Parts: sequence; C-alpha cells; structure tokens
Amino acid sequence: MTLLAVDWLLIIEKLVLIAIIVFASLGIALYTTFAERKVAAVLQDRPGPNRAGPFGLLQPFADGLKLIMKEEIIPTSSNKALFVLGPGLAMTAALMTCSVIPWSSHIEIFDRKIDLQIADINIGILYIFGVVSMGVYGMMIGGWASNNKFSLMAALRGASQAISYELAMGLSLIAVLMLSGSLSLKTIVDGQMAAGGYWNIVYQPLGFIIFFVCALAECNRTPFDLPEAENELNFGYHQEYSSMKLGFYLFSEYINMIMSSAVMASLYFGGFDVPFLDESTLAPNIAALIGVAALLTKIAIFIFVFMWIRWTVPRFRYDQLMNLGWKTMIPLALFNMLVTGALILLKAGV
Amino acid sequence: MSITQFLFYFLTVLALFSAVMVVVSKNPVHSVLWLIAVFFAISGHYILLNAQFLAIVNLIVYAGAIMVLFLFVIMLMNLNASTEPQKNNWLKLAGVIAGGCFLMVLVSLVKQANELNNIAVTMGTGEIGLIKNLGKALFNDFVVPFEISSVLFLSAMVGAVVIGKKA
Repeated sequence: MTLLAVDWLLIIEKLVLIAIIVFASLGIALYTTFAERKVAAVLQDRPGPNRAGPFGLLQPFADGLKLIMKEEIIPTSSNKALFVLGPGLAMTAALMTCSVIPWSSHIEIFDRKIDLQIADINIGILYIFGVVSMGVYGMMIGGWASNNKFSLMAALRGASQAISYELAMGLSLIAVLMLSGSLSLKTIVDGQMAAGGYWNIVYQPLGFIIFFVCALAECNRTPFDLPEAENELNFGYHQEYSSMKLGFYLFSEYINMIMSSAVMASLYFGGFDVPFLDESTLAPNIAALIGVAALLTKIAIFIFVFMWIRWTVPRFRYDQLMNLGWKTMIPLALFNMLVTGALILLKAGV
Repeated sequence: MSITQFLFYFLTVLALFSAVMVVVSKNPVHSVLWLIAVFFAISGHYILLNAQFLAIVNLIVYAGAIMVLFLFVIMLMNLNASTEPQKNNWLKLAGVIAGGCFLMVLVSLVKQANELNNIAVTMGTGEIGLIKNLGKALFNDFVVPFEISSVLFLSAMVGAVVIGKKA
C-alpha cells in the first residue's frame, strides 16, 4: 500500500484535533449568541432572555431548534444551486480559519508530543487572509442567487467593504511581521512569550487599533454592519433565506468574530501566554491547559468589546465607511509601517 | 502511486474540468465561479511544488480580489443566458478554428523550448517558492525592479484615492 505511506497516528491525531476545535468553535459560537443578547440587555437595562432553563442558559438551543424547525423556502426565481451554496461557503470559510491558530503549546500523551495547532505552516497569517477573502463569496453568491434587488445591493456593499478594509488590515499586519520576522502564527506567539519579550501591543498600539477596526468591518459588526442595514435594505443579503440556511449566515458571523478575536490575541496579546508566568517551569500538559484557558479568556474579552461597541455606537453611513477605510485607515497603516521600519533600523544601528 | 501523485492527478483533473466548465457555462456568473475553482486547483499545484507563498498569493490576489471585481461587474450588468447576443454558426466555427490554431502554437512552443526538454518536475523539493528564499531573491538580486514596481503600485493606489476624493 504505497498510496497510503503516511503516518496514520498523525492523521488520527489531526482529525481528532480538527473535530475538537470545530465543535468547540460551534459550541462557543452558540453561547456567543446568548452572550450577545445578555450584553445587549445589560446595556439597555432590561433582563434579557431568562425563560429557557436557569438564567435562560438553554436559550441558544431553543433558538437553534426554532431555526431548524422553520419551513425551508427556496425562492422560485432564485438560482437554486448557488442559493444553497452561499451559506455553506460562508460557514466553511469561517471555520477554516481555525486551522492555523495556535490554541496552546503541546501536550504529551503516551510519550507522543501533540501540538495544539492543526497546521503550523510558514505562511500562516497569509492563509488567514486567503480564507477571509473567500468568505466574501458566501455573501456575494447568496445575495446574487436570491434574485432580489435588496440582497444584491447588500452583497455588493458587504463585498466592497470587506475588500477595502482588507487592505488596511494587511498593511497594519506588515508592521507585526517586521517585528517578528515570520509569517507563522506559532513563531509570532513564541516570540512574544520568550523571556524578556513583551506582547506586540507594546510595540504596535496604533497597528492594533487599525487591525481591530478592520476586524470589526470584516465581521460586519456595528458600526460597520452596512450589509445588514435594516432601514435601507430590509434585511440585507440574507433577506430571502429562511430556516437553517439563515442560521448558517448568522452563525458564521459569530464564528468569524471568535476567529478574528483569536487572531488578534495571537498577533498582539501574546496568544496563549499568561503574563508574569514562566510556562517552561510547569509540566507540559498543565502548561498547555493553562494556555488554552488564557487564550479563551482573551477571546472572551475581545468578544465582549465587540458587543459593547455594537450596542453603544450607531451605524456609519456608507460614504463615511468608505472614507474611513480609504482615507484614514490606509494612510495611518502606511505611516505605522514606516515608523516601525525606521525604529527597527535605528535600533539595529544601521 | 504515492500520495503526491494522487494529489497531482486529482488537482489536474479538477483544473481541466473547471477550465472547460468556464468556457461551456451559459451563465457568466457560473463561469466566474468555475474560474475561481481553476485558481484553487492551480494553487494546489503550487503547494505540491513547495511554492506555498505563490499558492496563497495566487488565492488572495486572483481568487480573492480580482475575481470579486469580475463578479461585481457581471452581477451589476445582469448578464445571463437570455440577454447574451446570439452568434451565428459560422462565427462559432471561426472561433473554434482560431482557438485551435492558437492552442497548437502554444503546445508546439512548449514542446520545442530548450529549457523544458527532458526536465521532469520534482514534487515537493524546490526551495525557491518558500517565502524566505523568494524574499531574499527579491530584495537582493532584483531589488531595483521590485522597488520600482512597488512604487508604481503605490502611486496607482494614491491615484485611485485622489480620484475618489474628487467625486
């Protein structure tokens, strides 16, 4: 069997890891929808969902059940194949991001070292950009295949917004890459964890702000949720969708939020690093568990900030959004890149 | 058959099938989507050749950005099978002959090129496609052309922003 001359244990290990991470992401996304409603309730001084289960904790399952039970409608004038493909693409692209994020260091089971990262590829961060740019297709195909003017307008808005903000995001990222000298997320995190090293946020405060704003725009979160501007576009690009296909679109937004929080934590906030703790003194399995907990805490904080912003700030107008992206974010990112490069050269004494 | 060969054949079939579908599809939006599938297959080939950077940049730039613009144009023009102008059969025949001739020229060119003679592609061994080596080549051997082209791109971007500012 030369066809299968591969390390089977490695494949099993990776499959298990993929399954765990995908299902964990889905589970966290489920409860992120709950958290969103609770945070909104707190900010608006009302109790929020509190009927299903203790403290309303079963609410996300009730919501999910409701979505699955609803009637599945495919508009007669739509392009059926693409109409079904759209939400699938959005979900796939959202979930694919998780494969290059280092969730923690490694664990040891039966003398086998297992990295808690699905793939440590040397183009890690570019891979994320590639997948994010694929996510646009889910929105565009869905909006176009619905054969509805409002859906198409919303899809075009969403896609042009995503492309515009991807530019500034990439430029702000270059400064981080100059500091770390690697595209691999694992190496970037290790560089921040090393003794005497600081988190990248210390060196890149402006870069982080740019990246954060762009992440908000990429996830279609308020104040950048123009594709879903109800007062202008009825319901946005998923107007014609019902049942779980709508659920996929809504859900992929939450998964995108989790993944972009994980990327931001890894790039600027030390990934799975716990501040003031030397992980190398602990047993590897315990250190790995603490690392996962630390990363999840950072992700939770980011998600809370996302929600806080959503329920505090009103939506931009479309021209304001484009102005901010092209005339403020990109020049700022270029400036940040220039300053970082100059400082690195100065420090190196060239 | 090793796993690399298996992947190679899979990607090749995918690329050729998608490329044929680009031409055959009646609906322009379907054509664009099949073209994206072609880009994916070609990126897979790049990865087999150990050129990961090229693969991902191909995806980001072509599949991610340029094809989105194609989709924009086609969706806004609302092209579909019914609005496509009907060409007569002679025109189609002429097109097939012209395309066939062009294909023959291309194939004979590849067949006769000295650089390509007796060279078998080695999978997964090349080093030049890795981002480190590519960066070193760009910033050491080809630094002037690289910088000139990047200034060109930057000026194009600034130009676009300036035009947008006027409107």
